Amino acid sequence: MESIKYDLAKTPLREVNQFLHSDASVLNGKHIDIQNPNGAHNIAVGLKSEAKVKIHGHAGYYAAGMNQIADVTIEGSVGAGVAENMMSGRVHVKGFASNAAGATAQGGLLVIDGDAGLRCAISLKGADIVVGGSVGSFSAFMAQAGNLVVLGDAGEGLGDSIYEARLFVRGKVKSLGADCEVKTMGPEERKILVDLLARSGHSDVSPESFTLYGSARTLYHFNVAKSGAY
Amino acid sequence: MCGIVGLLVKNPKMRANIGELMLPMLIGMTERGPDSAGLAIFGAPVGDDERKFSLYTSETDFNWQKLAHDFLTHLGSKVVSFNQKVNHAVLTTHLDPETVKIWLHEHYPQVHLLAIGQLMDIYKDVGTPAEVAARYDFSQLSGSHLVGHTRMATESAITPAHAHPFTAGQDWCLVHNGSLSNAPSLRRKLQHEGISFETDNDTEAACRFLEWRMREGDDLKTALEHGFEELDGFYTLLMGTKDQLALVRDPFACKPAVVAEHDDYVAIASEFRSLAHLPDIKNAKVFEPSPKEMYVWKV
Repeated sequence: MESIKYDLAKTPLREVNQFLHSDASVLNGKHIDIQNPNGAHNIAVGLKSEAKVKIHGHAGYYAAGMNQIADVTIEGSVGAGVAENMMSGRVHVKGFASNAAGATAQGGLLVIDGDAGLRCAISLKGADIVVGGSVGSFSAFMAQAGNLVVLGDAGEGLGDSIYEARLFVRGKVKSLGADCEVKTMGPEERKILVDLLARSGHSDVSPESFTLYGSARTLYHFNVAKSGAY
Repeated sequence: MCGIVGLLVKNPKMRANIGELMLPMLIGMTERGPDSAGLAIFGAPVGDDERKFSLYTSETDFNWQKLAHDFLTHLGSKVVSFNQKVNHAVLTTHLDPETVKIWLHEHYPQVHLLAIGQLMDIYKDVGTPAEVAARYDFSQLSGSHLVGHTRMATESAITPAHAHPFTAGQDWCLVHNGSLSNAPSLRRKLQHEGISFETDNDTEAACRFLEWRMREGDDLKTALEHGFEELDGFYTLLMGTKDQLALVRDPFACKPAVVAEHDDYVAIASEFRSLAHLPDIKNAKVFEPSPKEMYVWKV
């Protein structure tokens, strides 16, 4: 397979990103290696072809944001907003991720091997996120659809005001947000979890060690009995 | 938005080059803070009975030699050393801080006293980080640790006095990325304690609050716990003392920070792009500090 190399110490990021926005006929099936990212923001944002991009080092904010179809691997850590609003494809962070990882993502798979910061999967709209470490406070806030799998612990206010997203957490949850509760994991949810563990390189991890959290659905409708409280 | 940087050099051989190591860190934070920059450097200490006074004036044609001469004539005290760079000067003397403060206030009210200490010098001014660094030869600095800041003003004026670091007490400084919403009430509270302010800057309120707590007997950790209760807003705070750097982030981690711990150094910056150039960074332990947790590194 053809491989193209870029060195961000030599080539301006805009030039690299413009190449990554070339027609799918140019990019499909290509391997693109990006050296010396050195924490630059907006690397490989807005991809929409079947390219495989590897970032060799630490990336800054919004790495692989708005991704479609493409497969992006970051060998190091990422700043805030990795794979934000991803539509499809796959983004793999081998280090840690800062705040708001996978925010509003609508499809695709985001895998973070290390920890994720606060507000991971905030307003998740259908994507799958697997975090090998722990997630910070207020993760999955108002998450509407999709799955968040956390192999470590979760911080405060997990799943506050959650809609229909599923949250699988293996470790401790410091506290649950409003309207988020423990759910019984049925065969359907278990299947989703097993599949996500397999696709994120964690097939050795037992699905039984996870607890499922979801919406109690008490905030879905206005409660007339509590109208005096407003 | 603002940028913060901190560097503590553990390898004594590298301390002569701390300025050179730091320079790309500060310049790397230009986009986060293009309007002013500042630096506190902790170098070789002066004698036990001596103090360094970092002075600044906005007057570009200020006669520093006359100040040094008047100091000697009026106070009868020898100036141990007097190092002037552009419109900053570091004056070393045996006299106690109160005497120097009062004398400056009476005779040279246009000269700001930026810092007092045995190790710490402070430089801060308006301009891009590269311009400020060139103006005061930051690349030539030597020392064990330093704290730097690049400012994008959001809540008060762009002047050298409003630039960071802020100081209170001796050999103690603070830089801040974020904004405090209760700075005016905090300032009123401290004014009741007899504490006076040089600017209307929110960071100065946080700085004087923490220094006041430590004067009241808190250690740094307890002072910061009081800080978590009293400071309302967004902040990543980086502090320098004579022998340590300390870092905290607000409970919501609204403002960023990245740390690189290496056998030779500890480096802190708002973003990794300010750490990327450091020697052997590939073998450093790079991590994001947790919110509401205190990190301390000793020299």
